[in-house]
Amino acid sequence: MDEILEILEKDARATPKEIAKMTRKSEQAVKKAISEYEKKGVIIKYKTIVNKELLKDENCTDVLALIEVSISPERGSGFDKVAERIYSFPEVKSCYLLSGGYDLLLIIEGKSIHTIGNFVAEKLSTIDHVRGTQTHFILKKYKDGGDILRRIVKDKRIAISM
Amino acid sequence: MVKKISDKVQFLKPSGIREFFDLVIGMDDVISLGVGEPDFTTPWNIIESAIYSFENGYTSYTSNKGLFELRNEISKNIKKRYGIHYNPETEILITVGVSEANDLAMRALLNKGDEVIIHEPCYVAYEPLITLSDGKAVIIRTSPANGFKLSPGDIKKVLSKKTKAMLFNYPCNPTGASYTKKELSAITNALKDRDIIVMSDEIYGDLTYDFEHTPIITLPGMKEKTLYLNGFSKAYSMTGWRIGYACGPEWLIAAMNKVHQYTMLCAPITGQIAAIEALKRSYNSVLEMKNEYRRRRNLFISGLNEIGLEAHMPEGAFYSFASIKKTNMDSKTFAKKLLHSEKVAVVPGTAFGEGYDDFIRMCYATSTDKLKEALLRIGRFIKRAGK
Repeated sequence: MDEILEILEKDARATPKEIAKMTRKSEQAVKKAISEYEKKGVIIKYKTIVNKELLKDENCTDVLALIEVSISPERGSGFDKVAERIYSFPEVKSCYLLSGGYDLLLIIEGKSIHTIGNFVAEKLSTIDHVRGTQTHFILKKYKDGGDILRRIVKDKRIAISM
Repeated sequence: MVKKISDKVQFLKPSGIREFFDLVIGMDDVISLGVGEPDFTTPWNIIESAIYSFENGYTSYTSNKGLFELRNEISKNIKKRYGIHYNPETEILITVGVSEANDLAMRALLNKGDEVIIHEPCYVAYEPLITLSDGKAVIIRTSPANGFKLSPGDIKKVLSKKTKAMLFNYPCNPTGASYTKKELSAITNALKDRDIIVMSDEIYGDLTYDFEHTPIITLPGMKEKTLYLNGFSKAYSMTGWRIGYACGPEWLIAAMNKVHQYTMLCAPITGQIAAIEALKRSYNSVLEMKNEYRRRRNLFISGLNEIGLEAHMPEGAFYSFASIKKTNMDSKTFAKKLLHSEKVAVVPGTAFGEGYDDFIRMCYATSTDKLKEALLRIGRFIKRAGK
């Protein structure tokens, strides 16, 4: 992968100027590369990872569920059309097509267990081609997208060493 | 009772940073660029292998030379990467960091008055270790004009009948200076036909950024007269595990082992087991960390030059040895004032050799956020100092 993308994937706040310094390229060249990645959709957007478990406000802490979905593929479009029907709901945070015992793996976010229950019963299960679902509520997130969710770890090194 | 201390130790030069260390320890929120180790913790597979070893009761001594499996892995690794063969039975010794290996080598080699060539600026322990073994350090002072590199001419000038060994460290702590194969050949040519042992401390070898690291043992005729020193501290982020190794001629390894068995007995078994895992399955982690250090280096060095310090581009390790000449402060004053006014810790250049009072060492093995903040603070400090 291009080093520019590697840097941005780790830190979306890295500015073109900083990236230029890190990679010893010109700032212009970095800007151009980034804008091309954005146009092509290689870079989709820049987000912040929030550890909601640390928020005191109960209203901010959403319930997450992992749902296994079995579907029958459609003639012509295979799984893609059915998947699109499903992942277009804003409640669906992630959607993967899998090999193995079931077809789609969804991660759903909702205000409460009831909201998620309603979504499964009223929206998801009623879609043609959906043959069955299995819902698992997520109790705790330890690591997400490569990031371990915990308080900032203090530097344990002694301040001066040779 | 102080009088009871031996002359050798009493007159040993104290480490130039002791008082500075005490100052930093008492302060909160300091951004420390004064460290000499990576900020990454050891890769998890290595830590996990150590936990597993505890669970299985590996808590005993090992043979003096170290676990055979580790020596064998080291041998295989050097053969695979550099094409050089060391017999794991007789030519490899596992030590408590490269520091112990250096000490053992001095004790095994030196008689009173024997000379050891070292280059400055260099790691703080070299000269004291030579002195403790009754040797005499012959110092070559390198300068920023030639990137702090040794030249063959420098070496020829100081060679004498008493020269027993040369201690060579590249990439260098604190300057980051290293040598391409061509530059290294010129150095070894200067030692050709001379009966001199080269102790080659290549602990930062895997952290070479702009070209391939060439171990000195791969050059013609050098394996026989070289003690190749390496370890796991820097590249594998394993400083606290204290595992290093020495590879060299059988007679020298045997002599070093003689001292090692009476003083250290063996390196800790847990660290040795972890080191086996490091060699078997962790090289990708080394490469990832190296890429990260390279980016930080590029960012930090250009930042230093922008705020008005003169910093050359280090070729390896993770330090900048930058000139503070423009500020008209000596290195201790600079470091103290910077610490008090901006809470950034750096190491005064004098710690690494006399005559480097215009320099400070800064370690860039720290997060880019901290490096950027440190650059802001140092920049502010220099601006104020210039007024």
